Amino acid sequence: MNSALKKRIGNVLSWVMTFLLMLVICVPGLWVVLTAFRPNSEVLAKPAVWIPQNFNLNNFAKIFGFGAEQVAIPVPAYFTNSLIIALTSTAIALLIGMSGGYAFARYRFRFKNGLFLGLMLSRTVPGIALSLPVFMIWSRIGLIDAKLGLIIVYVALNVPFTVWLIDGFFRQIPKEMSEAAQVDGCTRWEAFWKIEFPLAKSGIASAGIFAFLTSWNEYALASQLTRSTDSKTLPVGLMDFTAQFTIDWAGMSAMAVIIIIPALVLTFLVQKHLIAGLTFGGVKG
Amino acid sequence: MAEIALHNVVKNYGKLEVVHGINLNIEHNEFVVLVGPSGCGKSTTLRMIAGLEEISDGTISIGSEIVNELPPRKRNISMVFQNYALYPHMSVRDNLGFGLKIAKQAPDVIEERVREAADVLGLGDLMDRTPAELSGGQRQRVAMGRAIVRNPQAFLFDEPLSNLDAKLRVQMRTEIKKLHQKVKTTVVYVTHDQVEAMTLADRIVVMKDGYIEQVGSPMEVFNHPVNTFVASFIGSPPMNLIPGAIDGDNIRFSDGAHISVPTRLKDKVRNGQEIIFGFRPDDLTPVGHGINESGQQAPMKLVITLAELLGTETILYTQIAGQEILGKMFDPRDIHPGEELNMNLSLDKAHLFDGATGKSVRLD
Repeated sequence: MNSALKKRIGNVLSWVMTFLLMLVICVPGLWVVLTAFRPNSEVLAKPAVWIPQNFNLNNFAKIFGFGAEQVAIPVPAYFTNSLIIALTSTAIALLIGMSGGYAFARYRFRFKNGLFLGLMLSRTVPGIALSLPVFMIWSRIGLIDAKLGLIIVYVALNVPFTVWLIDGFFRQIPKEMSEAAQVDGCTRWEAFWKIEFPLAKSGIASAGIFAFLTSWNEYALASQLTRSTDSKTLPVGLMDFTAQFTIDWAGMSAMAVIIIIPALVLTFLVQKHLIAGLTFGGVKG
Repeated sequence: MAEIALHNVVKNYGKLEVVHGINLNIEHNEFVVLVGPSGCGKSTTLRMIAGLEEISDGTISIGSEIVNELPPRKRNISMVFQNYALYPHMSVRDNLGFGLKIAKQAPDVIEERVREAADVLGLGDLMDRTPAELSGGQRQRVAMGRAIVRNPQAFLFDEPLSNLDAKLRVQMRTEIKKLHQKVKTTVVYVTHDQVEAMTLADRIVVMKDGYIEQVGSPMEVFNHPVNTFVASFIGSPPMNLIPGAIDGDNIRFSDGAHISVPTRLKDKVRNGQEIIFGFRPDDLTPVGHGINESGQQAPMKLVITLAELLGTETILYTQIAGQEILGKMFDPRDIHPGEELNMNLSLDKAHLFDGATGKSVRLD
């Protein structure tokens, strides 16, 4: 066999492998999206209808309570809960992450390494392992079925990661930047906001997106700690589509799409930010 | 414009003391260079003047005010950092104007001052670029522009040229000197490069291990080093130092060789004293190729082991008392390793240091 042919076969093989791999990754997601726009009858048809015949927004109208047909699932309430819980916990985790990350990157203090290691080790415990103790404590202090309860859990879940990520970004910024700003007339605080914060912005944004996605998508803990429309989040709400004998696949998929969209939008926004990145031209590398 | 005074300034990091009670007065408009090997406390001293390091003990005053407790922004100084520390997310214009903007100056005043600084440093065409789009020398200039634009009481430079290549370093060195002549402000400049110190300074402060070893004009420090450390640190190539002992009118080396004690130092030493004999390579020259050929000379025959041609002069490597010694040949001809030359050692500028303390015997 000559080498050109070998190369071509290698090429074809690698494309086939790539295709198969992408198929495994993409088809479930694609199927959820397709299902969201098709009527339940078509979804459940036997033999299966592979190529969608009917494409409409009825499922979405249904779960949000528009139109003739409605489902008895309070999706708008879940959506609001999810939004409040994810945004609040992300904001708090970012604030703590920024202060913590900055402190770890810039200051020397007692037990610094131990503390940092402790934060990282806390990530090694699977969240679900903590669900029972959390449930017991939360039930004593009345945080079951409360947004605040979930917010606290998500903050605790996210803080180690945000601290770690933001610490790394602040470490990349030479401390001379802040010193130069202080000599230029800034207070330490001004130097942080005017110089160091803008430079670490992309890191803080990516920590934010990770924290948001963790809170937005979390199911296991939320399913234990929430009960009603007061606090149930979208992933927990998905289970409402399963009744004793039926599962409303189309409605469930429509809701899954609703869950995916904000996450997708945010990821794209931040990805752009990350790619734009920052060149540290102020300092000779 | 201000004088800066350090009085018994001490710096500790926990139990480790890195600056041990130094005293220094810097005059109005004076260009003072702190020089020393790394770890000698020179940068720490500069950072204490800037207010970026706390002072553990003693006082620092700028103008007539004691500034120990003042944050950097209230000291009215500006600083150029080794890595420039330009703000990467701002244009050159904004970098230059940042300090004035923080000081809430009117936009037209900022514009005016930034333009003036840019003119002085030739930054006119670069105003809208970001630091990433500048070369090393240009960044250096922006860093200096940022310093002068605020018209501070004093400039502090922390090894500003050490990130530049050799050619640019020489060029920027000249520019700094010119800038000082133009803006006439007190300058404290830290470097480990003794050539920078010699060329820039009105006064050199030689530091070692947190102590000031010597303060003086470049000529003073070069011609009259107070101890062997200063003698070997200032000057390139460094001073030759050979241990020996006084034996009557001679200095006797370990291998039995001897030369006369320089006449002007005769009454500074006693018989039997252990000493270190020091002389600059410029003073050991082949007969007819020297610059100090009058006065007291010690003639000797030496075998050259290596010759480095520099153009106007050649550096000669040879051995005295089993030690590698450098000499110079001015107006050079080709020299081959192994060649034996008649050489003169001019004793008029030679130095004697006490063998035990390393201090110049001149000071006793």
